[in-house]
Amino acid sequence: MLRIECPWCGVRDEIEFRYRGDASLSRPESNASLAEFCAQTYVRENRRGWHLEWWLHVGGCRKLLKVLRHTDTHEIRAVGHAQDALALPMEPVPP
Amino acid sequence: MRRQRTGDRLIHTNAQRAASGRYSAARLFLEGLLGHRGWSRAWHKASLRPRYQVVIVGAGGQGLATAYYLATEFGICDVAVIEKGPIGLGNVGRNTTIIRSNYFRPENVRFYDYSLQLWEGLERTLNFNAMVSQRGTLNLFHTESQRDLFTRRANGMRLLSVDALALDRNEVKTLVPLVDLDNGRYPVLGGFLQPRGGTARHDAVAWGYARAASAAGVDIIEHCEVTGIRREGHVVRGVETTRGFVAADRVCLAVAGHSSQLAAMAGFRLPIETHVLQAFVSEPVKPVLNVVLTYGAGHFYVSQSDKGGLVFGGGIDGYNSYGQRGTLPMAEDVAAAGLTLMPGLARLRVLRQWGGVMDMSMDGSPIISRTPLEGLVINCGWCYGGFKAIPAGGMTTAHLIARGEPHPLAAHLDLERFEAGRTLDERGLGPFPYAH
Repeated sequence: MLRIECPWCGVRDEIEFRYRGDASLSRPESNASLAEFCAQTYVRENRRGWHLEWWLHVGGCRKLLKVLRHTDTHEIRAVGHAQDALALPMEPVPP
Repeated sequence: MRRQRTGDRLIHTNAQRAASGRYSAARLFLEGLLGHRGWSRAWHKASLRPRYQVVIVGAGGQGLATAYYLATEFGICDVAVIEKGPIGLGNVGRNTTIIRSNYFRPENVRFYDYSLQLWEGLERTLNFNAMVSQRGTLNLFHTESQRDLFTRRANGMRLLSVDALALDRNEVKTLVPLVDLDNGRYPVLGGFLQPRGGTARHDAVAWGYARAASAAGVDIIEHCEVTGIRREGHVVRGVETTRGFVAADRVCLAVAGHSSQLAAMAGFRLPIETHVLQAFVSEPVKPVLNVVLTYGAGHFYVSQSDKGGLVFGGGIDGYNSYGQRGTLPMAEDVAAAGLTLMPGLARLRVLRQWGGVMDMSMDGSPIISRTPLEGLVINCGWCYGGFKAIPAGGMTTAHLIARGEPHPLAAHLDLERFEAGRTLDERGLGPFPYAH
């Protein structure tokens, strides 16, 4: 069970949230190439380790949160507003 | 097998057969009389050689099947299957063992039905009891629109000569007395049965392919982890491993769950997210369920193993995860769906729960494809439907490796389909890695 600390609502269970995927992607400019749009739509880094991701607090404030979570240990290190630039720690992946 | 007239000749023939390592009921009987001292290892523990024609990374269902078909169907026996742990401990040993071909899109129906046909002859082919049991898969529907959708799917299958039957409420009740047809939330209107669907024994599939591949000359190397992929320009030259460099003309990656990591070593990225899927088994009980049953109003599927345990599962936990375990909210969700459908399950205790990490592709369909690196083939993106596809996945991947051209039944599973705009989206869900 994940416990996510929503900046507006406090610590809540994961069942109140809906996962919305990789938060490190941004939409290409409108004149970008097909390959760039394809990469943003389909291709994923799929990190084993620290991962920036979107969680929508559907069962609470309905805000979109940016979360820094480890995809192996499930530890959550930071939760921010959608606009926050959270740094991705560069730590070696555990064996 | 030739009929034997006398007891002496029977023993003689079977002694020869024992020497050649073939399994049979007669040999089991004979070994029973002789104290089971005549059995040899199921497959040969090979030592790693510095060079092979083909190196397959990952000794799971797909990797072992690919090696087997390369050796037996395409005559390429200079093959190594290298595996970071012991064989068969990844997703081939962690699934709910369901085999079926009841898909909607014609490409999927043809591919998975080819797989089902290979399952039907698998034990004879491999000389291994994979316990293939065509007990039928029954998908329940709960609304009229769902009935229409299932009918359309069943008609599509029948047009391709694949078996599909519509059952009414009473037929469902006869087949599965445990189902609460009038459950308060989602009453059952009927079901859609594929009689040829069913289950197979997961470990036997891994070991059956390993044994048959090994007998055909394939080297299976355990505890050998790939740490890098060596290339020369755009051409693959081999793999760096924890036991040194292994040169190869062709390399195949079949490492579902960790495909993105291996692809990164080769310098490209995939349309895949890794998610954890849980499965559960109850304490063993007497026979209560003789089909594979799926609930139409929630994510829940269940069958009864030959040991008596009810094997069941639901959807993925729902966020990127490499942890081969699951969390409680999904366990609760699966239990709630199961109890709505079959309230009698409340009396059962769960014996074990486990998780496996899945390659969830962005259109819910697998990838069997060439890659940007020449000589490197990838078999990945099985979402949580890879078990049933092991025979066809292995055969078509072997075809791609041996001939350099995709097998006609798997030509649509290429990596380029995403950019080309011809994704194979069975559910019509859009670019989300949550379906299969």
